[in-house]
Amino acid sequence: MDGLHDLGGKQGFGRVIHPWPPHDETWEPTVRAMTACAMRNHIYNMDEQRHAIERMEPRHYVAAAYFERHLTALASLLVEKGLTTREELEALAGGRFQLSGPIGPGREAAPPQRFEIGETVRVKDDYVAGHVRAPAYIRGKTGVVVAVSPPYPFPDAAGHGMQAPMEPTYDVRFRARDLWPDSCDDALNHVGVFQSYLERVSAT
Amino acid sequence: MADHSGIQEAATLEQRTAAVELVLRRHGVLTDDFIHDFTEHADDAWVTANGARMVARAWTDPAFKARMLADGTGAAREMGFDFPEHHRHFVVLENTPDIHNVIVCTLCSCTAYTIIGAAPGWYKDLDYRARVVRESRTVLREMGLDLPESTEIRVWDTTADTRYMVLPVQPPATRGWPAERLAGIVTQDSLIGASRLDEVKG
Repeated sequence: MDGLHDLGGKQGFGRVIHPWPPHDETWEPTVRAMTACAMRNHIYNMDEQRHAIERMEPRHYVAAAYFERHLTALASLLVEKGLTTREELEALAGGRFQLSGPIGPGREAAPPQRFEIGETVRVKDDYVAGHVRAPAYIRGKTGVVVAVSPPYPFPDAAGHGMQAPMEPTYDVRFRARDLWPDSCDDALNHVGVFQSYLERVSAT
Repeated sequence: MADHSGIQEAATLEQRTAAVELVLRRHGVLTDDFIHDFTEHADDAWVTANGARMVARAWTDPAFKARMLADGTGAAREMGFDFPEHHRHFVVLENTPDIHNVIVCTLCSCTAYTIIGAAPGWYKDLDYRARVVRESRTVLREMGLDLPESTEIRVWDTTADTRYMVLPVQPPATRGWPAERLAGIVTQDSLIGASRLDEVKG
């Protein structure tokens, strides 16, 4: 989905706060452990968690600290999976508990096709309402495959609790100036791209 | 606001965390010691020193370095380090005098946390995620790493479940040091690509 989480190349942000000031919040390790616990018990998978974060109300997403996003995803998925309700959570918490927005349908993987290292590929010009792991900044752009990774579950299906086929991902190399012409620092941008997001570029 | 809950006052993060904990305990999902045990394991076992030891060994053992660059997952396992189930592939990116690698996750904040330690706050913050892919040289300069124009920058966006670590160039002043001593100079920033260890003068 074209949500605010898809930050790559967005402008208007400022200096990176570096070094990051130390902080110690006791609730954060608890959220980290509970998230691991929920996943080990197969209440939800990694892509469902990521998508629940993406579905956060945009103002909430931007304002929330990293582990608040995890907490919101965890609570939202517990409600969606039927382990609790928003009313119960708010009663237990003693106040308002803002959850992620509703989940829509996922999508199936594309028919399998293989790409070779060194091959020029194009990222499909797809607009996906649900979970997707292709950042918007490579949409429709052309790059070169530099490496292939072992198969992973297709996230657009896995993020919606659907049966997800395993498919390879490709490290695709783009040139920054092809992604943001005349408006970037020169660099090579490598992105891990699932097979279903790619199409062949016919030789000319 | 787009949130139309009837309850006025938002629960605090501590209250919301406690509410979720209660739900998980009531369902028997969360057992008594899990939070304590998981946190202790995460804090003790998933530390930057793991990646630092891999780098130090690569600097002193060419055969290991070759194995690490060909198969990062195997090299990490060889040293006794492990990965969560969804980190299926671990790739080590070698810096050279003319090539600089830097890692980001623009869509969330993925990292090889069992090897390089929990991601620093700045890595997870919006500014870094938005800017480093598009303004890599500028962002690195602002973070204290001023790369010459001749250096090729390679930005790696962790959008799939492959995880990355940068292998920094060994600082010249440390030639001949034993691996244990070398591991001590490898910082988390250098494993992400926010530093080239130029500050290490021996």
